[in-house]
Amino acid sequence: MTLPYPKKKDPQKRTVVPTLPPAMRSRAALGLSVAAAEGRFALQHCGECGAVQYPPRDACHACLSHDLSWKDTKPYGKLLAETRIHASPDPYFRERLPWRMGSVQLKAGPVVLAHLVGVGRGDRVRVDLRLDRAGQGVMVALPEHRSDDMEDDPVLRAMGTHPKHRRVLISDATHPVTRPLIDALFAAGAAHVFAGVPEMWRRPHGLSALDGLENVSLLPLDVTDPQSLKEAASEIGGKVDILINTARHIRPGGVLGHDTTAARDEMEVNALGLMRLAQAFGPGMAGRTADGVNSAAAFVTILSAHALSPDPAYGAFNASQAAARSVAQTLRAEFAPSGLRMACVYTGPTEDEWHQPLPPPKVAPKALARAVVDGLQQGLEDIFCGDVARDLADRWRSDPGLLEREITGGGA
Amino acid sequence: MSGAPYDGIVLTCPVTVPYVRYSNETAHWWIARGLRGTLDAAGLKPGQIDGLSVSSFTLFPDTPVGLAQHLGLSLRYLDTIPMGGASGVVAARRAARAVQAGDADIVACVAGDANRIDSFRQLLSAFSRFSLDAAYPYGYGGPNATFALIMDAYMAEYGARREDFGRIAVAQRANALRNPHALMKKPLSLDDYLNARMISDPVALFDCVMPCAGVEAFLVMREDEALRRNLPFARIRGSIERHNAYAGDPVQLRGGWAVDIDTLYAQAGCGPQDMDLLQTYDDYPVISMMQIEDLGFCEKGGGAEFVRTHDLTIGGDFPHNTSGGQLSTGQAGAAGGYLGMVEAIRQVTGQAGPTQVADARLAMVSGFGMVNYDRGVCSGVAILEGAA
Amino acid sequence: MSVLDRLTGALAGGDVRVVDLTHRLDPDFPVIVLPPEFAQCARFRMEEVSAYDHRGPAWKWHNLTLNEHTGTHFDAPIHWVSGRDWPGGAVDEIPAEHLIGPVCVIDCSAGTAQDDDFELTPEIIAAWEAEHGPIPAGAWVLMRTDWSQRTGAEYLNMAEDGPHSPGPTPDAIRLLLERDIRGFGTECVGTDAGQGAHYDPPYPAHFLLHGAGKYGLQCLCNLDLLPPTGAVLIAPPLKIRGGTGSPLRVLALVPGGSQ
Repeated sequence: MTLPYPKKKDPQKRTVVPTLPPAMRSRAALGLSVAAAEGRFALQHCGECGAVQYPPRDACHACLSHDLSWKDTKPYGKLLAETRIHASPDPYFRERLPWRMGSVQLKAGPVVLAHLVGVGRGDRVRVDLRLDRAGQGVMVALPEHRSDDMEDDPVLRAMGTHPKHRRVLISDATHPVTRPLIDALFAAGAAHVFAGVPEMWRRPHGLSALDGLENVSLLPLDVTDPQSLKEAASEIGGKVDILINTARHIRPGGVLGHDTTAARDEMEVNALGLMRLAQAFGPGMAGRTADGVNSAAAFVTILSAHALSPDPAYGAFNASQAAARSVAQTLRAEFAPSGLRMACVYTGPTEDEWHQPLPPPKVAPKALARAVVDGLQQGLEDIFCGDVARDLADRWRSDPGLLEREITGGGA
Repeated sequence: MSGAPYDGIVLTCPVTVPYVRYSNETAHWWIARGLRGTLDAAGLKPGQIDGLSVSSFTLFPDTPVGLAQHLGLSLRYLDTIPMGGASGVVAARRAARAVQAGDADIVACVAGDANRIDSFRQLLSAFSRFSLDAAYPYGYGGPNATFALIMDAYMAEYGARREDFGRIAVAQRANALRNPHALMKKPLSLDDYLNARMISDPVALFDCVMPCAGVEAFLVMREDEALRRNLPFARIRGSIERHNAYAGDPVQLRGGWAVDIDTLYAQAGCGPQDMDLLQTYDDYPVISMMQIEDLGFCEKGGGAEFVRTHDLTIGGDFPHNTSGGQLSTGQAGAAGGYLGMVEAIRQVTGQAGPTQVADARLAMVSGFGMVNYDRGVCSGVAILEGAA
Repeated sequence: MSVLDRLTGALAGGDVRVVDLTHRLDPDFPVIVLPPEFAQCARFRMEEVSAYDHRGPAWKWHNLTLNEHTGTHFDAPIHWVSGRDWPGGAVDEIPAEHLIGPVCVIDCSAGTAQDDDFELTPEIIAAWEAEHGPIPAGAWVLMRTDWSQRTGAEYLNMAEDGPHSPGPTPDAIRLLLERDIRGFGTECVGTDAGQGAHYDPPYPAHFLLHGAGKYGLQCLCNLDLLPPTGAVLIAPPLKIRGGTGSPLRVLALVPGGSQ
């Protein structure tokens, strides 16, 4: 199946009001959402007897131990039974009937109920854990071998943030990621890219990489300037299906030796800029999350992995990153009722002038672009790009206090 | 090991308050009506009972404690059986033990629920944690989808066809047409069943029950009390309950009945061939078929052949769900779990009126309740015998 | 009638006109761009505090962010290292009477049209004086280039070797200092030429003027509406404690049409 490009909207029809699938979950079940946000397939494992269980519980169903943890698990299984639901009292599913679901016997042990894409009873399946439109982790049973257009399936399309046929705004075209990002978006089927240019009056460096690109429009946009955001949003706000915030102000320096002018600029661009961008474009996007094939789907912001725990050499910058992460987390909650996904892409040091004296590994713009677009294709919410970011996130998850001491020089 | 006999304890005064598709009245209102009905049948005043067993999904924010005060009852035995379709059997066997032990003299067992517009959707939305976490997010088909998967797997495993399930539904509708209180008034043919719109493949419209408001009630007392009051009554020959049976089965193709069925027959001193009628919990025909197998009326997987070769109507060789069952009378919430019990008491006491099975003496009542995640968790069975 | 009565009468009657030499402050008005490792001049930013809405039902107002040297602005002596110790060299210390004075306008627009790096030289000043008389002590001297008609990138005129825009040579400034002027103003983003870093001393207008306690005005416009002599400049910066400069509204009183 191939998803056709959507026809132009009938301007006399009311835009469909977004509805959400059931969002309520127990505390234990939120573990699914945490894993799905990162694209991992994880289930609850008992630390004492090793039992793997589902649905999530507060104690082991085999030995009553409360030593339970979420561990990556092999996602393979067999479809036991299937149904096509033709009637549902839930407004979200009612709008999308019929809806296919079934039960899968996982090789790991448990039986899981799952959305079905391209599989039938008796098939061997691979189960993805993905975020649905409510932002909760759900099981999706797919064939073991995937085809390219599988993401066009209405079930995945409804829950995902795939760039295909969507129009994307990149907030700051002067970021070195812009060109590879545009290439990756078009390779994924994006329809158009708008690229914001801060201080367009001074023709900033970096724009020449975009010369002559088709389906790319540059427009003045500066996340520190409310007026420019207002103008840009009034011009293209109704056409932005995916927003990727690349605006970044970065200067090396800690806190004591750093001047607050640069720190303020960092806060203005990185934290408050994200806030202004969301204020300008967020409500419009949130109102269009059910607007057909090219509905609004995701708001992405790129963060330093050191938003989790600062590198003192970039202390002021990382303070702004921590603030931006906090802003993004609030936005995630605020976008949740609309189903608009708030995705954070955490990157290690990037290959650019501001990290020039740093030794490798550094994240090349192309790799960062790949991570952003892969994340959109899989509908992720927390994306860790590069070895540094992944390593940092792992250590942060296991012990934030230890990580801080390691970074600040205590580690041998 | 079988439990002690329920000697000296009886079930009496079965009452059904006619169901209503939608009602603005509360569960409290419905339960009060059921309670009043069963007390009236016994010639009792509310102050004369000292035990109450309640099953209801829609009392919120009250529990049966609040209900007792609401209804002005002073009790020394107060129970709540939140087991949905297994509530009737479980309420009866527990109340019987309480009376037998002298913890109560007369226990009123009552199950009822309100059904306002949209209340079924709201009931589903807070039904259980596993359902919330792991079932509803997948299409929100509710129990229809859950049983569609069970039916799909059952059909694939045992070769049952839709028309086999249709026979159960069609026979029940024929029974319901004799029950003036049944919500379904139109005859149902096998073609009607087979051509009905799909709800959740392979579950079609006539596989589903219609949610409604209503209440069912009966009394549990000592036999001497019933005799003194000249009340027709039924004895409990045996009963079992089982919860979360066969948890390792990947799909529910058998229920908890099968675990303890031999114990039940040993306690009752009889076998399936002795039953004059069977009341199964029929939220979906596939579950009734499963009960026919697991209760020993045929071998596992033989349910389809059994219904092909038996007449399930009131006058048939295997009277089943004689009031029409939930499929044809409606599902009044937890009262659906009492429907078979109340009808069975009526049957074995000769009070069933237009749905009466001739010479009914022994009845089996089977319950099945609480669809959680992918299956029903509670099950219970009782064998009743008329006193005559 | 007093002088002021006559002045207000002339203003009302059109014999004295008011010319506004100020650019509009807006977020896109160019500011000086330094190499990125230096702290930068804040761009003009305006955020709504309320607009007759839930944040303030009957009023609208904004918070502003800007540098002392954003937009049309005034440079005080302490702006430059050479003027750091000048007594009274901060904007709040400048006597009010210094803020109004006569103005001489040297028209360099023809040369600038040919050469982005056009220089104001002592020779040009001498020629101007030959025509209009000596520059009086206490006068503002403005270098007219019509540069203010440029916008955006053309205004900064950045190239790989830095900005290119007209300005005075060190000797021209020295000559103006001999005349004991009050200050020097231009239409460009600074009082110095875009390539002023390459003079000796670098940035001579800043270095020499402020070292001598003189003032600077930049990002002026409408200089083409001023006569070479005979106008009065009103240029009061905000009274910022220890301020090195200030955005301001620069006005000129010029003789009306009948004179």
